Amino acid sequence: MSAVVAEHDDHHDHHDHGPAKGLLRWIITTNHKDIGTLYLLFALAMFFVGGAMAMVIRAELFEPGMQFVNPQFFNSMTTMHALVMVFGAVMPAFVGLANWMIPMMIGAPDMALPRMNNMSFWLLVAGVLLLASTLFMEGGAPASGWTLYPPLVLQTGNALPFAIFSVHLLGISSIMGAINIVATIFNMRAPGMTLMKMPMFVWTWLITGFLLIAIMPVFAGAVTMLLTDKFFDTSFFDAAGGGDPVLYQHIFWFFGHPEVYVMILPTFGVASTIIPVFARKPLFGYSSMVYATASIAFLSFIVWAHHMFTVGMPIAGELYFMYATMLIAIPTGVKVFNWTATMWKGSMTFETPMLFSIAFVVLFTMGGFTGLMMSVAPVDFQYHDTYFIVAHFHYTLVPASVFILMAAGYFWLPKWTGHMYDERIGRLHFWLSVVSVNILFFPQHFLGLAGMPRRIPDYAVQFADWNMISSIGGFIFGASQLLFLYVVIKTINGGTGEKVTDEVWEDAAKHSLEWTLPSPPPYHSFTTPPTVIPTEHI
Amino acid sequence: MTESVERKNAKLIRILVFVVVGMFGFGYALVPIYDVLCEVTGLNGKVEASAVEDVGYDVDKNREVTVEFMTALNEATPMVFHSEMKKLKVHPGEYYTVNFYAENKTDKVMVARAIPSISPGAAAEFFKKTECFCFSEQTFQAQEGRTMPVRFVVNPDLPEKYKTITLAYTFFDITETSVKK
Repeated sequence: MSAVVAEHDDHHDHHDHGPAKGLLRWIITTNHKDIGTLYLLFALAMFFVGGAMAMVIRAELFEPGMQFVNPQFFNSMTTMHALVMVFGAVMPAFVGLANWMIPMMIGAPDMALPRMNNMSFWLLVAGVLLLASTLFMEGGAPASGWTLYPPLVLQTGNALPFAIFSVHLLGISSIMGAINIVATIFNMRAPGMTLMKMPMFVWTWLITGFLLIAIMPVFAGAVTMLLTDKFFDTSFFDAAGGGDPVLYQHIFWFFGHPEVYVMILPTFGVASTIIPVFARKPLFGYSSMVYATASIAFLSFIVWAHHMFTVGMPIAGELYFMYATMLIAIPTGVKVFNWTATMWKGSMTFETPMLFSIAFVVLFTMGGFTGLMMSVAPVDFQYHDTYFIVAHFHYTLVPASVFILMAAGYFWLPKWTGHMYDERIGRLHFWLSVVSVNILFFPQHFLGLAGMPRRIPDYAVQFADWNMISSIGGFIFGASQLLFLYVVIKTINGGTGEKVTDEVWEDAAKHSLEWTLPSPPPYHSFTTPPTVIPTEHI
Repeated sequence: MTESVERKNAKLIRILVFVVVGMFGFGYALVPIYDVLCEVTGLNGKVEASAVEDVGYDVDKNREVTVEFMTALNEATPMVFHSEMKKLKVHPGEYYTVNFYAENKTDKVMVARAIPSISPGAAAEFFKKTECFCFSEQTFQAQEGRTMPVRFVVNPDLPEKYKTITLAYTFFDITETSVKK
């Protein structure tokens, strides 16, 4: 008995002053780099989970007829794939980048609200686990599409309240993350780091933060209305009680349209960071980039009903939403031209981050053009809910947001780890990805124009050929991403063994502050504020 | 220095949390805003939920408008529901009565509610009903069938371009919710 007590006493002289040791460090950490790493690794894991769901979808669609899964599960897969990719992969990945990079880019020691930072990450994990748990419930996971339209979504089995609470948790997590980022950018900048000297990535996240703060509560309200309609006899969307399901679509897309810019604005920010470094030129039109980002964010709030051209709207409404939507092409065009002008006559080199960024500029522009096609209300009646829209938003998300996340990974991994990644595998990953992503999504334009509806497990035989090609592209794309996983693990464990400098990339320190720190940077970034603010990017 | 950053953070968080709460409220505010907009613009074919006064219009004998009648049951509502005619040519300004028949196919008392919709939506404000079974909940005894009239008039102010108006009813079984109330 006394021996046990003695042993217990031995532990008392052990107190931590630095980062906690072992696994506990990752649970209780309030350090922006640790939390950034957690976010990024979690997003990478979810990228493969959501990707596996996409593989199920493409396997089922490989041939006409029912092959592997039943229609209910197929629809669960399309729904869960979207929710996992949007809320589990792309958004957390950008929050992770924001955590890692923003304090280093603005010369701050850490985020403004470190403990809230920890909480928002673990709420995200709880939210995603809750969502994943619905896969094992009676009645299956939600199968109504990620938009959760009533009345269909109200037919979900036991999973409905869990899915709704999961959305609440993800929303709270995003809001807290956004408040933290906005507070960091407003209050933690080094002396001399004025707003118009901030790197573009910081600017785009500042605007994204405001978008999140404005829209996530609206989405939370919409799903709460679904919850009370189902369980507490309200009739927000129930026609029998005087409600209207179309109201849900309005509320959802008031959230949903800015939400897609939440995923693309930080993408723009990273692209505007990487391209000047490898073109060895300042970013062309820095201030126009800032204003274009702000314009896109503003316009995103007044165009939502272009998702609903076919539900019934007076002609004046169709015209207004059509023209307002077309307006977005102007600031977006400004950005594309600025990136092109940045590369113009630059001393370009084509390392993996730059390859992904150039592919982003080209392929995102294609996704933008199909968006412009669908903004034309009369022709949208043909495209609505077909594979054309699937092709459109995958072009703006996969070879845009996901490619830029890959680019960011290759760009900053040497800074984060202090090791160089394997350039040969990086380029192989790029070429496989860029070819297969087009084999995967380009035929879907043809399928959509020919009339193949989205969210169906089976289809008429005339769609067979392009679906098979699309599926083959999907399998190659999915498999290629394992190369990225390999590169990340290898780089963390020492990479090529090549010693990286503080700058990593030639003259990068002229563009942004993080390259003035050692690679890997110290646990606390700038304990004393930097004296020289780089202005090459302006 | 640190002190002032903390105070600035606290102030900013207060403002941002206020925005978050405000936007949550805004989501709910969209519900009445939507209803008002639909009423003003006649969107979605939403029609008055109560009877209108019997107004004497000048009957326009030279003009004919076709009124179509559609009946539907929500999900698997166990009812029979149809109208006595599929369509009717009417003169604007004249009152007509059309009978609808609904029958409860279960052995239990059923409370049901018919929700009307008019298309094209812009014509909804010119379609007036002085009597309709859709103005209130309908209680059906077990296996009870009932004929119910709808008395309506098309306002002669209806713009010339509308040749056909479709009146659609969907019956919803609301026994469960009305029992709870």
